[in-house]
Amino acid sequence: MRIVAIGATSAIAEHCCRLWVQREPCDLLLVARDAAKAQRIAADLGVRAPNATIALTTMDFLDTAAIEKLADQAAAGGAIDIVLIAHGMMPDQKDVQGDLALCRRTLEVNAISPALFAEAFARHLERMGRGTLAIVGSVAGDRGRKANYSYGATKGFLERYAQGLDHRLAGRGVKVVLIKPGPTDTPLAAAHKARGRKLAAVEDVARTIVRGIDAGRPVVYAPTLWVAIMLVVRSLPRAVFNRLDI
Amino acid sequence: MRPVSSWGRLTALPHDVVELSDRAALAGQLPRHRPGIAHGLGRSYGDVCLNPGGTLWRTAGLDRFIAFDQTTGRLSCEAGVVLREAQDLLLPRGWGLPVLPGTRFVTVGGAIANDVHGKNHHATGTFGDHVTRLRLLRSDGEEIVCGPADRADWLAATVGGLGLTGLIADVELQLRRVPGSWLESETIAYAGLDTFLALSDESHPAWEHAVSWIDCTSGAIERGLFLRARPAADQQGDWRGRRLALPFAPPLSLVNRLTLKPLNRLYWLMNRRHLGKRVVHYVPFLFPLDAVADWNRIYGPKGFYQYQCVVPREAAGAIADMLAAIARSGDGSVLAVLKTFGDRWPGGLLSFARPGITLALDFHNHAGLDALFTRLDAIVTAAGGRLYPAKDARMPRAMFEAGYPRLEEFLKYRDPGMSSAMSRRLMGS
Repeated sequence: MRIVAIGATSAIAEHCCRLWVQREPCDLLLVARDAAKAQRIAADLGVRAPNATIALTTMDFLDTAAIEKLADQAAAGGAIDIVLIAHGMMPDQKDVQGDLALCRRTLEVNAISPALFAEAFARHLERMGRGTLAIVGSVAGDRGRKANYSYGATKGFLERYAQGLDHRLAGRGVKVVLIKPGPTDTPLAAAHKARGRKLAAVEDVARTIVRGIDAGRPVVYAPTLWVAIMLVVRSLPRAVFNRLDI
Repeated sequence: MRPVSSWGRLTALPHDVVELSDRAALAGQLPRHRPGIAHGLGRSYGDVCLNPGGTLWRTAGLDRFIAFDQTTGRLSCEAGVVLREAQDLLLPRGWGLPVLPGTRFVTVGGAIANDVHGKNHHATGTFGDHVTRLRLLRSDGEEIVCGPADRADWLAATVGGLGLTGLIADVELQLRRVPGSWLESETIAYAGLDTFLALSDESHPAWEHAVSWIDCTSGAIERGLFLRARPAADQQGDWRGRRLALPFAPPLSLVNRLTLKPLNRLYWLMNRRHLGKRVVHYVPFLFPLDAVADWNRIYGPKGFYQYQCVVPREAAGAIADMLAAIARSGDGSVLAVLKTFGDRWPGGLLSFARPGITLALDFHNHAGLDALFTRLDAIVTAAGGRLYPAKDARMPRAMFEAGYPRLEEFLKYRDPGMSSAMSRRLMGS
């Protein structure tokens, strides 16, 4: 299986890669910003699966030329089975409100950058007529909340983007999967954890994601329980919702 | 701050939890905070992994393998790697961890800091015996790489060092060749301490693993089951473990004075059916309690104490005295475990597993246990024995000092930036 993991040092991407390499022979391209971190993950995956082919590349995640080049080179290597786009940042909403530069950075890293990667790879997958484009969104994208609406908005944007790609690629052999993890025990959510919130284990979330990608479901909530929770959250009338401190 | 409990669930006090995930960035994460202690999966029973009101460095995110050499069996990994991960990955390649404690759900770092032992102590010693290198980060930023031939004093202090010599960042272990996952096991019913000792003696070295269960409610060993196992000749077969779970803690301990005798009787009746030899998978044999996730909840909201001691073989009478004292108190355990340790001293300055006989019992937490513990402490100390810090939440400081004569030597290696509820209780800081 040929897999491109973008944002490969994110805990969710790392754990998905572990499941993939331990399951079947893989040709894996890890795309990251931090070379040393990516190197450590590549070494770990290499121990888990000595026969896997693991390459890594580092780049600026907002450089359109670099993104294009990455997609072209990856596609030149043969058919791609899975492109996982998993990078993101989750600053504290209060900090974002007081700092427009941070706000901009959040929007760029979480919304613009993943969309650019998705767009660049969509072309190739469309041409190949196969493969799965999996994008990590979030349950936070389902409804804007005061606690994290800047982050949530970028994830809502990704949902619309994935929906459009799914429409465009329908019937072309390419699956688009939007993954919506609930709060997960990763470094990204360390602040949540410090506030004593119950977080899902990243291993369990990764298992749900890998299964969802296998099935090619357009939207994957992980853990699955969040389907029901977000149905309620989305359905609450504004008059009620705005009185809740969530 | 968030509440953290250890396996005994005696307390759930707030901790400032710092998640570690990048082994190259650890040095920057340590000194910024107040004194703390590393915390793996929190499977130690008492307060060795707790630091209420202070910092816990959680190592769950330090779970990467670094390298594995298929020809030599050397494994390098980060300290948060869980034993189960390593076993599941490498057993199919013919390699296994030489020492496995009673649960697979512990980290490599925790296994070293508590210098854990397994049912095969006679054959392979303790976990620390198989550490070939470890990298220790001190809170002042110093990095110490040590091994049996290189700064061995630091290894001896860190193995069994209760996390107090610094943060174990990554380690190298010597695995051993294993033929597969299947064991030939034998269960023998016995009565009496002398029979237990005779069975233990005759089981080595032919049987690699040996352990025994006793009914502790009668005051003497009237009902005991001796379990031993060795690699099976036929390694074919599939095994799928089912894992049950206790989804919540009952409002009171399900093990109590009323249920203690019936539960011991039930355990005896259930297991007596399996007397004799059979082939079993190593997981249910070595980790029977792992079959029920969160089994510690059975003791209810107040949690439980585990009392595990070792006494020298010459003082075997102490075991009988303890069992008599326990029966008199009306307290006791469903899983009372008796086993002998091999005739080898551990490498760690504060390692627990010395030659002798070890007895482990769980007690649900309730008022009135103090008197029993005081009595048991007196028996253990008089016998020249000691308690296992990984299981302990209450031993008096004097008993610790008497049981661990190399404590003074150890203290020279302590990192002042490392402190736990246990270190304050037993070492004053």
